[in-house]
Amino acid sequence: MSSDVRFTDFKSDKQPTWCPGCGDFGTMNGMMKALAQTGNDPDNTFIVAGIGCSGKIGTYMRSYALHGVHGRALPVGTGVKLANPDLEVMVAGGDGDGYSIGAGHFVHAVRRNVDMTYVVMDNRIYGLTKGQASPTSRMDFETSTTPEGPQQPPVNPMALALASGATFIAQSFSTDAQRHAEIVQEAIEHDGFGFVNVFSPCVTFNDVDTYDYFRDSLVDVAEEGHDPTDYDAAKEKILDASKEYQGVIWQSEKSVPYGEKHGLDTNMSEIDEGAPEGAMDLVREFY
Amino acid sequence: MPADFNWAIGGEAGDGIDSTGKIFAQALSRAGRHVFTSKDFASRIRGGYTAYKVRTAVDPVQSVVDRLDVLIALTPRTIDENLDELHEGSVIIYDGDRTTMENVEIPDGMIGLDVPLKRLAEEAGGAIMRNVVALGAACEVSDFPIENLDSALEKRFGSKGQSLVDNNKEAARAGRDYVAEEHDHEFDYELETTDNDYVLLNGDEAIGMGAIAAGCKFYAGYPITPATDVMEYLTGRIEQFGGHVVQAEDELSAINIALGAARAGARSMTATSGPGIDLMTETFGLVATSETPLVIVDVMRSGPSTGMPTKQEQGDLNMMLYGGHGEIPRFVLGPTSISECFWKTVEAFNLAEKYQTPVYIAADLAMAVTEQTFPPEAFDMDDVEVDRGKVVDEESIEEWQNEKGQFKAHALTDDGVSPRAFPGTDGGVHMSTGLEHDELGRRTEDTEMRVEQVDKRNRKVETAREREDFSPREFGDSESENLVISWGSNEGAMTEAIEFLEEEGVDVNFLSVPYLFPRPDLTDEVESAENVVVVECNATGQFADVVEHDTLTRVDRVNKYDGVRFKADELANDIKAALQEADQ
Ligand SMILES: Cc1ncc(C[n+]2csc(CCOP(=O)(O)OP(=O)(O)O)c2C)c(N)n1
Ligand code: SF4
Repeated sequence: MSSDVRFTDFKSDKQPTWCPGCGDFGTMNGMMKALAQTGNDPDNTFIVAGIGCSGKIGTYMRSYALHGVHGRALPVGTGVKLANPDLEVMVAGGDGDGYSIGAGHFVHAVRRNVDMTYVVMDNRIYGLTKGQASPTSRMDFETSTTPEGPQQPPVNPMALALASGATFIAQSFSTDAQRHAEIVQEAIEHDGFGFVNVFSPCVTFNDVDTYDYFRDSLVDVAEEGHDPTDYDAAKEKILDASKEYQGVIWQSEKSVPYGEKHGLDTNMSEIDEGAPEGAMDLVREFY
Repeated sequence: MPADFNWAIGGEAGDGIDSTGKIFAQALSRAGRHVFTSKDFASRIRGGYTAYKVRTAVDPVQSVVDRLDVLIALTPRTIDENLDELHEGSVIIYDGDRTTMENVEIPDGMIGLDVPLKRLAEEAGGAIMRNVVALGAACEVSDFPIENLDSALEKRFGSKGQSLVDNNKEAARAGRDYVAEEHDHEFDYELETTDNDYVLLNGDEAIGMGAIAAGCKFYAGYPITPATDVMEYLTGRIEQFGGHVVQAEDELSAINIALGAARAGARSMTATSGPGIDLMTETFGLVATSETPLVIVDVMRSGPSTGMPTKQEQGDLNMMLYGGHGEIPRFVLGPTSISECFWKTVEAFNLAEKYQTPVYIAADLAMAVTEQTFPPEAFDMDDVEVDRGKVVDEESIEEWQNEKGQFKAHALTDDGVSPRAFPGTDGGVHMSTGLEHDELGRRTEDTEMRVEQVDKRNRKVETAREREDFSPREFGDSESENLVISWGSNEGAMTEAIEFLEEEGVDVNFLSVPYLFPRPDLTDEVESAENVVVVECNATGQFADVVEHDTLTRVDRVNKYDGVRFKADELANDIKAALQEADQ
């Protein structure tokens, strides 16, 4: 880790192919800023991305990275972090990636509480496959596959996280650059699984959950004097469907990350040149 | 007196069949005898027939046979289930006091020994020890010194206190004495002991031990019969060597967690059975295209679908060879015995890292859940070699950077293998993706680069063919015009079948193939043989198809897919029949 890292060091020389105006630009910039501000550099950072417009983020950032299969980025991040606790691990993907095909993994990643950061670019639509309903789409949101709207209530990601025993839950808005970077930074600094749902509007396929909509409806919990360590207050905010919140909504003071619980503090890439010392005892056990 | 002795205990699941069988097997092994065990179990926890069978001899035993000399029957069904294997003079030990066993009929010519197992156990300290009373009775019948049982009882119960051990020893003696005093039969058996030193383990345990020996530090899996033992073995042990086991939420997660650990530079493994392999297949493609070294164990069981979870089959070969969309370079290793489960696992890690590919270990239920004795030297840890392949460090990395200082993690090389930089290495920053990519690992649809990357990945297989030894294991008479080929756990039964066949005047040359992809070229052997028979536990002959494909020659097939492994004598008959038919 070096102190003179600038956030642009996390930028790759690959030009994003996102639509001009896509919320993912802002989400990514905030992630890069947060990484730099927390003293990380690309050599010790590992980014795992899912599939979707959002998942392309690993290509546009510069770090060790894996762009995996649809919905399974969290398990990959889990393996990376546990095998080498020295790495800063960040997992990123879309709402479809995380709350639909990967919903099971989300619940269990939250429960496991591995010390990594999960950023979901929530545009309430499937972008890459060109505009189908996602698990966070509104009941009546008309799309190519739901002409009358999904007619199912949207998933509440923060509630899902809370119910699964999350130790850090936050929400941010990609275009509110300063605040978004701050929130991601807090997620990185959290000892345990830092979950940030980012409103990251899709300008091409979603004409409901737009920049204007979020700008008008967003309430910053910090301004309301919300105490994120107050579980009941957090629960109330999370279940309040009448507003969109931004900020750190819930942070447990009792979080013990998985690695710490299991005493995982070594880089497992280092191994002996032959069988490890004492391996013959394994054979004798079968006597 | 026959050279080998066959013993079984059978009853309902929950009757403690497994642990009782294991105690007896361990007692024999510790007495310097060879042991080969097999299990009949149903997919349920309580109720349903289960049995644990032990075959033992002074010379090595490699398989089960169609014969039972002593049977401890805890239920009447145990006798029915084993009628075919019982013979004249077989001894059946049972507890006539047990209501279900009151009116049991001992088949003609067999010896029924009614032993009040429960009552004697209670007298020794508790009804729970009735199986141990039966073991004592079995010692008397087989003329096996009961002191040998003591050490196995100490191993089993030692951690729970000396009084429990003593009670069990007493229970065993009560069984022995009861038979000696109350039944004046002459028995034809004598289980001699030797000074030989053996260990007793099953294939799943050998795989787990091989993984630790190879420096595997990370395991992620999801429980499934018959692969769970691998995970249970590693749990608690791998930690002692600085590693960790994660029980994932499903196989999709398991393989991705294992992949993540491998990306971080750990030697990493997952194990499952057919249904789990189905779920892992999407990520299998990612493992290969992202060029991540990963070991994936498939302990095959009867399929398709959930099939028969507790029964033997070798039905997943095609899936391991061809599974996944698109074309995926891979290695498929097929251990042919329990000790080979250990060595092939060690080799799998080396191949995975040398070629940066996924490696399947094609194990099967028959090998995974049965135990066999080996001299400890069969697992000599000094012979374990670790080859991590082309790993670069801060100094050597420059050679692999482009003019902009970017690391070419997917560099196009002559041997198809690219350099590997563990995350954390300065100057090694790169991404990998399941999308087609360029040398830097970035997505591309450039037609030329696409072709070059596909060729590069496939070139690893060619390189491996040049550098590695994929020979089959040879048995029998290499001059014979009868060639038998098999893979997986059939080797043991087949090596014994050779002896049965010899007695009947049939000689065979037997090749046991431990490398399924890349695999040995058997064209010369197949062409020079008069008759070729491929033996495998599946209905369609998946390996026979492969042999025909490779050698452009039709072969005969012996297939078994009833859920039970080949027995040596039965296999000899099947092969004889196949050879006779071929001659007609
Ligand atoms: C197994 C599998 N199923 C389907 C797809 C096709 N697919 C690609 S992206 C995507 C949805 C992405 O939506 P979201 O996660 O919301 O990301 P966005 O593109 O909106 O950023 C789907 C269904 C796939 N790649 N893999
Ligand atoms: S389709 Fe939507 S989510 Fe995808 S890049 Fe365009 S604006 Fe962004």
